[in-house]
Amino acid sequence: MALSRTSHIVTAYGEELDQLADDLARMGGLVETQLEKAIAAVVRRDASIKPDIKAREVQVNALQVDVEKRVLRLFALRQPLATDLRMTISALKVATDLERVGDLAKNIAYRAGDLADYAPVALTQQVERLGAIVIKQLREVLDALASADVEPAVRVWHSDDEVDERYNTLVREMLMSMTEDSGLVGPGVHILFVAKNLERIGDHATNIAEAVHFMVTASPLVEDAHS
Amino acid sequence: MTDTPLNPPADLPIKVTARNVVVSYSGKQALHDVSIDIPDRSVTAFIGPSGCGKSTFLRCLNRMNDTIDGAVVSGSLTIDGQEINDKTIDPVVLRASVGMVFQKPNPFPKSIYDNVAYGPRIHGLALTRPELDEIVENALRKAGLWDEVSDRLNHPGTGLSGGQQQRLVIARAIAVNPEVILMDEPCSALDPIATARIEELIDELRENYCIIIVTHSMQQAARVSQHTAFFHMGHLVEYGSTEDIFTNPRDKRTQDYITGRFG
Repeated sequence: MALSRTSHIVTAYGEELDQLADDLARMGGLVETQLEKAIAAVVRRDASIKPDIKAREVQVNALQVDVEKRVLRLFALRQPLATDLRMTISALKVATDLERVGDLAKNIAYRAGDLADYAPVALTQQVERLGAIVIKQLREVLDALASADVEPAVRVWHSDDEVDERYNTLVREMLMSMTEDSGLVGPGVHILFVAKNLERIGDHATNIAEAVHFMVTASPLVEDAHS
Repeated sequence: MTDTPLNPPADLPIKVTARNVVVSYSGKQALHDVSIDIPDRSVTAFIGPSGCGKSTFLRCLNRMNDTIDGAVVSGSLTIDGQEINDKTIDPVVLRASVGMVFQKPNPFPKSIYDNVAYGPRIHGLALTRPELDEIVENALRKAGLWDEVSDRLNHPGTGLSGGQQQRLVIARAIAVNPEVILMDEPCSALDPIATARIEELIDELRENYCIIIVTHSMQQAARVSQHTAFFHMGHLVEYGSTEDIFTNPRDKRTQDYITGRFG
């Protein structure tokens, strides 16, 4: 987070804030890769990435614990104020969201294994498209976080509507397909779970966008920010 | 810097008003055009680096700059609408209504009782001994010291602990019914427990007084005040609710100061 990279008179304090930002950046990077791999695995109906995803999840969880420790320590020992206070609070919230995203990505990857038991489903293409949008959202909001930039955060916040729309369409079409062909119910249920998890990840990206907005402007991102 | 007064955030009656207050010491300007409205029945903190003018401005409010050779104060300063720099105002009377507590507790070398009774005596606030006893007890109670000293009122005030001495000095200020209480770093010589006692006392006193505190401890300003004014190089830079100043300061100089960055 760019906000912390400035000249604190107490060098160690500035470094602690920087380390917090670094932890978040690492967490974000891991989670982003996790999600990319999980979606690719769903498309390929590939069960082999399970161990890799699991290992990454352990790292993400450890980083979340690390962020919580750092935030606690900053509050106890440094009493951050103003931008530092908002950054520290936001870091705590963002870490919680990223941990959830990692968890949801893991769930998606596990569904890839389940889908391997079935023939390919046409609607997988739409899941792939939804996944691409959600990955883009996540990447943009993490960049916004790293550069403390409000404008892209607000953009991500608005794009959640598109994710919801695509998700609803996908559910509708999947239901229709399953009604027409009961053989699709097995893989269809897994596809629906994948889509649901992607939609949830979109919500977490929105939460992170709100945290970035608060961190930079000190005001909540609410509906009238539309203009 | 600013001709327009920085208004207080809360909807409270204004007690102290300053307009374009300029102070110089022997021709060197220490305060530039300070305009501010300070509300009653609340605590306003003045913060800023050493030499920023916060103590200079505080000293204007009870005309303590009068006692400094070469000090020139201009502009308008009113308390309840009354211009305090008016030459017809007796500074001694003014200082009864604008009490002051200093960094180092400064009880008189007298008994605890006489420390508190001194002001009411010289201002003729009590006609009889029972009246005076009542004023002393009340003031000591308001200062949260009565229970600790009621059985040794004739002991010397200087024999008390630092925190007790500071509360004695506050009782002494309260005893003459002040309108405004100025505190210049009142806890910097006290340990954390004594500091907490004084902060609790400040919180109780604000129901009845306009309290202005100068402090170098940002945490203390955050804990005790409702409004905070940030001074920098003789200018009043920013003034607002304490919550806003500490979570979302508008001016970069305020931001740098309270987050401990190089300005």
